[in-house]
This record gives sequence, C-alpha cells and structure tokens, in this order.
Amino acid sequence: MKQSLLRPGVRWFFLLLLLASRGAGPVYGQSSSDDTFLATLGELRDASFADKDDVVEKSGQSGHRNVQAVLTALLEDRLYFRNDDKKVFLVKTAAGEDSSALDLIDPVTLQGAGSASLDNLTKIGTNNHLRRILQTTLARFRLSSADASVRVQAARDIEQNLDTGNVQLLRERSAVETDSRVKDELAAGLALAALDSSDAQPRLAAISTLRHSLRQDVLNKLQALIEKSPDGSFAESDEHVRLAAAAAVKSISRLHALNSGVETLFFGFSLGSVLVLIAIGLAITFGVMGVINMAHGELMMLGAYTTYVVQVAMPNHKEISILVAIPAAFLVAALTGILIERTIIRFLYGRPLETLLATFGVSLILQQLVRSIFTALNRSVVTPNWMSGTLQLNEALAITYNRLYIIIFTLLVFAALMLILRRTRVGLQIRAVSQNRAMAKAMGIRSEWVDALTFGLGSGIAGVAGVALSQLTNVNPNLGQSYIIDSFMVVVFGGVGSLWGSMVGGMSMGVVNELLEPYAGAVLAKIFVLIALILFIQRRPRGLFPPTGRASENQ
Amino acid sequence: MKSKWIRMTGLLLAAGTVFSGIAKAQDTIKVGILHSLSGTMAISETTLKDTDLMMIDEQNKKGGLLGKKLEAVVVDPASDWPLFAEKAQELLEKDKVAVVFGCWTSVSRKSVLPVFEKDNGLLFYPVQYEGEESSKNVIYTGAAPNQQAIPAVEYLMNQIGVKRWVLEGTDYVYPRTTNKILEAYLLSKGVKPEDISINYTPFGYSDWQARVAAIKKFGSAGKKTAVVSTINGDANVPFYKELGNQKVSAEDIPVVAFSVGEEELSGLDAKPLVGHLAAWNYFESISTPANKAFITQWHAFIKNPKRTTNDPMEASYIGFNLWVKAVQKAGTTDVDKVIAALPGVETPNLTGGIAKVLPNHHITKPVYIGEVRADGQFDVVWKTDTTVPGEAWSRYLPSDKDITADWVTLKCGNYNKATKTCSGQNFK
Repeated sequence: MKQSLLRPGVRWFFLLLLLASRGAGPVYGQSSSDDTFLATLGELRDASFADKDDVVEKSGQSGHRNVQAVLTALLEDRLYFRNDDKKVFLVKTAAGEDSSALDLIDPVTLQGAGSASLDNLTKIGTNNHLRRILQTTLARFRLSSADASVRVQAARDIEQNLDTGNVQLLRERSAVETDSRVKDELAAGLALAALDSSDAQPRLAAISTLRHSLRQDVLNKLQALIEKSPDGSFAESDEHVRLAAAAAVKSISRLHALNSGVETLFFGFSLGSVLVLIAIGLAITFGVMGVINMAHGELMMLGAYTTYVVQVAMPNHKEISILVAIPAAFLVAALTGILIERTIIRFLYGRPLETLLATFGVSLILQQLVRSIFTALNRSVVTPNWMSGTLQLNEALAITYNRLYIIIFTLLVFAALMLILRRTRVGLQIRAVSQNRAMAKAMGIRSEWVDALTFGLGSGIAGVAGVALSQLTNVNPNLGQSYIIDSFMVVVFGGVGSLWGSMVGGMSMGVVNELLEPYAGAVLAKIFVLIALILFIQRRPRGLFPPTGRASENQ
Repeated sequence: MKSKWIRMTGLLLAAGTVFSGIAKAQDTIKVGILHSLSGTMAISETTLKDTDLMMIDEQNKKGGLLGKKLEAVVVDPASDWPLFAEKAQELLEKDKVAVVFGCWTSVSRKSVLPVFEKDNGLLFYPVQYEGEESSKNVIYTGAAPNQQAIPAVEYLMNQIGVKRWVLEGTDYVYPRTTNKILEAYLLSKGVKPEDISINYTPFGYSDWQARVAAIKKFGSAGKKTAVVSTINGDANVPFYKELGNQKVSAEDIPVVAFSVGEEELSGLDAKPLVGHLAAWNYFESISTPANKAFITQWHAFIKNPKRTTNDPMEASYIGFNLWVKAVQKAGTTDVDKVIAALPGVETPNLTGGIAKVLPNHHITKPVYIGEVRADGQFDVVWKTDTTVPGEAWSRYLPSDKDITADWVTLKCGNYNKATKTCSGQNFK
C-alpha cells in the first residue's frame, strides 16, 4: 500500500485492476440505495478530518457498488465537489501542474459528466490518518485481486486493524487461497488475531506459527505477553503460553540482532565505498604524482553538474541519462584536470606548498564559475526508478538500491583503474614516471605528456565520483568542499600512492564510523575516527600500505 | 512676446527639474538590506533580498514614504557571522540607514545584536527562531516557538495520536533550544522519557542511512511515532531522499519539519515525500486574493513564473509593511520614535488575519500545518482558529517561566516577574 502512494505507475495499475474487478469483487452487507450513497458523499464533503474517518468506515461497510471507486478516488486526490451546487464528482485524472479544467465522472453512474474549471472545484482532502484508514478499507477489496503480491499487501494492510469482520475476511480468504506467499501472510494475520483468543490452546498454536517470523509487530505483540505489569501479575495468565512466548521472543531477537549486524556492515561498506570512490582519484594525483590537489573536490562537483546537464539535455530518457553521464562526467573532469595541469601545476612540480595554494585558488575559481552559471541554488538530479527503493532480503533486513549500486560501481571503477595501471602501456608509463622520472625519460617516455595524462585520469575519476554523489547529496557549488577532507584522510591512512591502501582504508573508515555512530552520535563518531587516525599515523607514518623499494626513496 | 513666454516656461521647467533632481538626491530614505548573497546561506537569503527590493520598488511606485523615495542599500555579509556585525555597523554608521531588513540564521542575528543596540538601529528579522530573546532594537516577524513548534506537536499529539517522538535536528542553537522547549512540553504532557529520542547531526550531513534505519526501528515499537525535524539547510534533501528510499511513509512515521518550505522542496523530487508535514505561518498554496496578488507580483518582479514563495518571504513582506505604517504613524523615520510607534501597528497577513506588533516586539501570526503534495506544494490540513501572539520566553521552560518582555510599560526584554528585576543580555 505504501507503493500505491509512492509510485503513480503502481497506483494506476491498482486502479485499473480495481475497475476491472469491480462487480466481481466481494460485496458485503446489503446494497444501499443510491440516495443514501449520495448522502454519505455529502457527509464526506462537509466532515472535518476527524469525522471523515467514521464516514469512510461507514461507507466501506455500506456495500454500494461504487464504494471502491469513490474511496480509491478519495485516496488518489481525485474526489472533488463543485462549488456552485456542492455536488460531489470523481475526476478522471488528478490535477497536474498546468491543468485548469478537469473531466468529471458522476459518482452514481460512473459515466462522464462534462468538465469544470479548477476554480469552480474544491478537492475533498485527505490527511495521513485518513489515508491509512482508506488503505485498510480498500484492502478488503484488494484481497481478491488477481495479483498475488497485491493480495499479500492487502492482507498486511488488513492486519493493521484486526476486528472481527476483518479476521472473518482473512479466514474466508485463506480457505480459498492458493498462492503460498499469500497463505503465509494470511496465516500470520490469523495467528496475530488468535493471540488475543480467550483459550490458551489457540494462543499456543499461534505462537508456534509466529515463532520464526522476523516481523517487528509480531515481536512487540509476543513481548507484551511476557511483560510483567507493576503489580506483579502477567498480561498472559497461562504459564505454558508464557514460556512458549519467551522462547519465541528469544529466538526472534537473536535473529534481529544478526540482521542488524549485517545492516550496519552494509551501511559501513556503503559509506566506505563513497570514500574510496573519492579517494582513488586523489590517490593517483596525490599519491602517484605528489601533487596536493585542493581542487579535487571541485572536479567532483563538475561531475555532479555534468550529470545534471545530461539529465536536462535528455528529458525523455530519465532512466538512462545517468549511464550517459558517467563517460560525460569523466571527460569533462578529465579535460578540466588536464587544463589545470598544463596551465598551472606543471610550473610548480616539486613545490608542494605553492601547488597547494594554487590549486586552492583554482577550487575557488571553479566554485564561483559554477555559481555564476547555475546559481547557488541546489539542482535536483532525479534518481532513476531502477535505483530507488529497497531490496527486501527478509522482514528485518532491507538494503537500499542506490547504495548497493554505488558499492558495485566503486568496485568496477577500482577494477578498471587497476587494469589501466597494471595492464596497459599508459599504465606502465605512469608507473615508470612516478618511480623514476629521469630513468623513464632516458627510456624515451615523454614524461610531460604522461604527467598530463595521469592528472587527467585522476581528475576523470573524481568526475565519475561526482556522478555517484549526485545521487546521495545536494548538487550545489559547495559539494566538493564537504568531501575533500575525508578523501585526504583516506589517502593518508591507506598509504600514499597505494590504490589498495585507499580501498582498505576507505572501507574500514566507513565501517568504523557506522559502528561508532549509534553510540556516539554523528559528530563524536567523526572526532573519534579522526583521533584514531592521528594516533595510527603516529605509529605508522606511511599508512597501511607504505610504498616500498626505490619509489619510496624519492618521496 | 510669444517666444519669450515659451523661453520663460522652458527656463522654469529646466530649473524645476534641476532642483527636484537635487531634492531627490538629498531626500531619500535609506533602507539597509543585510542578507547573505554568497556562501552557504545564499540559497535562502537571496530570495529575501529580492523580496525586500520588490517591496521598496512597490512603495516607490506608490510615491515613496513621507514624500521621499526609498533607496535600498544592499550589502553582502557572505554567510560569515562576524562579517554580519561589520556590515551592520557599516549600514548604521556610514550609510545611516533608517531601518535594516536582514539576517536568517540565529547566529547571525546574535552577531549583529550588540551593533544594533549600541548604534540604536532598527532591525526587522523575518525568520522563525528559537525565542529566548527580545531586544528594543529588533522586531521579530518570524514565528516564535509557540507559533510553530508547539502547535505542530499539539496537532500530532491530539489529531494524529502520536505517542513516541523523535526530535531530529542539526547541531546548532535553534534546534537545540527548540528541542529543549519541546522536550519540556512533551514531558509536561505525560510523555515518558523513553518515548523521546533526541539526536543531532552536523550541518550538511548526507549519510542518513543509519539514522533513518534507527528512526524506523524506534518507530516499530507498536506506538504511533512521529519525527519532529529541526534539520536545517542542505541536509534535508538527502534526509528526505533516504526516507523515500527506505520506504518510511508518512502514514507510518510522519515527519513534521520547521525549516522545509516550498523553496527547499523545489530542489528535489517531492513524490516520495507526499504526506510529510511542515508547520509554517504561510503556505504558497493558501488561496486568498492577497496571496494571489503577491505571487503574481513576485513572478513579475523576479521574471520567472516557476519561482515559489515561502514563509520568510511573507515575514519580510509583513515586516516592511509594519515599518511603513509605523513611519507614517510617527511622521518621521527617527528610530526611537518609530520603535515607540511600532507596538500596536497592524497590517494584514497574506493568508488572512492581521499581524499586530506586540509590546514584546513579536507579532501575531496564524499557524498552519501542511502536508506535502506531489508537486512540492502543501495542502493545509490544520490551522489555528485565530492568530497566535508570539511569546519571546517559553512558558514550558522552568528557567523562562517568570520572564516576560515588554517594551511599552516595563521597557525591558528580560523582566523577571517573581523578583521584579530587569536583567540578562537584553537588559537596557
């Protein structure tokens, strides 16, 4: 039901389904006349939000053939009344940004009834509470939907309100249900209801059904059974039931702890992968070339803005624009990087302090440039549908797709970079120049050209990191500043010049941060990580993976 | 004869133009605008600078004030708090402005406060804030906590039946003070301490995954849970994105925000946020003739029909109109006389009702609770019956209980009714 609000596509699917199954669906109670139905609609129009709850409940029970259509319309902001005669209508499509008139549908005949301008119509509004009630009410209709996943969700919605009528409905459905997932859901719902039974036997049976459930509401309910009230008596009177409940709570809690451990680890890797993505670009420019590039963050920002520009340039392909943005961002950032290297940095090799100041200046210039072109306002980069939402591994563990894709993406970029450095001619030249410039020159390598290329490669990776960041944070001119410190920390921690060091360093910093955060809070966790890092550098000044051999002597 | 006559007229006309030109140069009223046009706060504050310019432009088209034209003096304090004080001093001492409209963050207001009190300036502050302050030289046209935070929590408690509370904020003075007041309020209403979770994150925080997961867990204890968000600025976008991704829907755990308005939502895809709440004293979607006219005027002035309006803009609008009326009432722009004239001055709100300056230098405001719509606007789901008078000192904090502000009879911003003494930082 959450999806029905979140995604218009799914919502429309429901609607079509509802319209298709209308008449074939379950009808309970007696059919009321159209007059009472219209009177109920009148009540709906005039009621306050609190009173609308009752009206919706009442109309849900009324059994009029159009109840489902009308309540669905109410849920989807498609129920209006005309200002001049106060008549209630459904409208075909919800009001959009540019609509001035709406097509009306008569609530009794469900036929078109002309159109009216938006100024002459008033929407019958809903609030969160009312939408929840509408969903539970509508779930009763959806329980006989043709789609099994809709039925699962409907059963879940009905469980929010387990009164006798709803329990009866679940029981009836479970007698005819064939799909195993829906069957399990119905069984869980019935077991939850049976926990309130007056006999001990059904309660015991219910506990054994729910014993392996990972659901939080099940855990809460079982926990309530074994809780002691202040006067020493138990909510649950039967000792056998209590023991069974205690055992179930124990096993469920253990599984929950396991799942939350996995979740924390995932969060750590996801934060770490962002750090790695940012740091490997820096590992090349800072590590391999020895250039402290303060504009690295701004190159990421350029990547993020490229994502935005690509998205605006292809308005009809929002789902794939981010894929196009990856090479585009690489190119934009790489070319900018090469430009910076050719015009500024190459005159300053071997003078780290001056490079630092010069690139800091460049970072300010880039920021202001972007601010002048795009304004200081945040730009919104749309997350494609395939990147939003969660992957539900089980009841207690869900991981978000965008983070998952970013972890995969980081690994891919890392692997590609490794390949370039280890297996290509350019990579060989880059390594040769970084190890011994004079000797590399003697072997006929154009070291100037390699310098530019190396810097371009590091900058390009920053641009690609910007694409990933555009999915996680705000795209604005200050984007780079908030990450530059972290990325330097990762490079120093991992060992200057070592890609593997950045990988291990970034991931472990991410995990440690996420482990600390629930106990220490976001600010303190970061401080602890920083202190730990300083202590570590004191012990091992060259980081986790110190450069070895001749290369280390040059640095 | 005739040609001589024409020549005379021409001379007179020319002289007239010259003189009126001189008169114009001398007789303008200078209005200071102290909003950041660069740095992190530029996103929000540039809009208010434009609103002020629009109001000044409008007033000049009406013939100015007291027969003089208004002249805007715009400075850029660049989101740098000490620079706010320097720029304020420059406006008051060098440009000798009659009034200043400015500041957004509380820290910038605290920074300019001593300057305004020393140089006896007049500041109109247009943003909701944490209260605990009343200065002779400041008129607070944004909401005090009892005009935004407390009504929002009351709505959740009484209309939605919320029993468990997450107070999530950015780590600085406004969220910390507001949450202190809210916690005291909730405890006074019988909420158990274990049902309140308070957490702070830094400015610009973007790694929300663990926090949102924790909120989900806190909310799954079987009691209706809501998040009261005082998260400020940029951190909101990734926060709401993560809520959408982890499928925390407004029906399960509604989030009510005090710093998220139309402008903030225009920067993101609002569909996953439908149903989450915001408490303000103004929403662009409220359909009144005055509001429609204001929106049309804004679109024409900014030359962009897509730009949204928001609550601090309305507060700037109200502040400007209050100042104009007070100047007309006093017949001068002299700061002392205008300040004396201000209490009691009234101007209509854009959404209905009257904004009236109170003796404590706060104003009366209506309170609205809105739910986010898919198009980034808000549907009002609740509002107060009448306007609510702003309270500088919260009645829910034990330390503030006896303190009152009154610049008409007591002439004090921090007056202890129990000990009958005037003290504290706003002592005069």
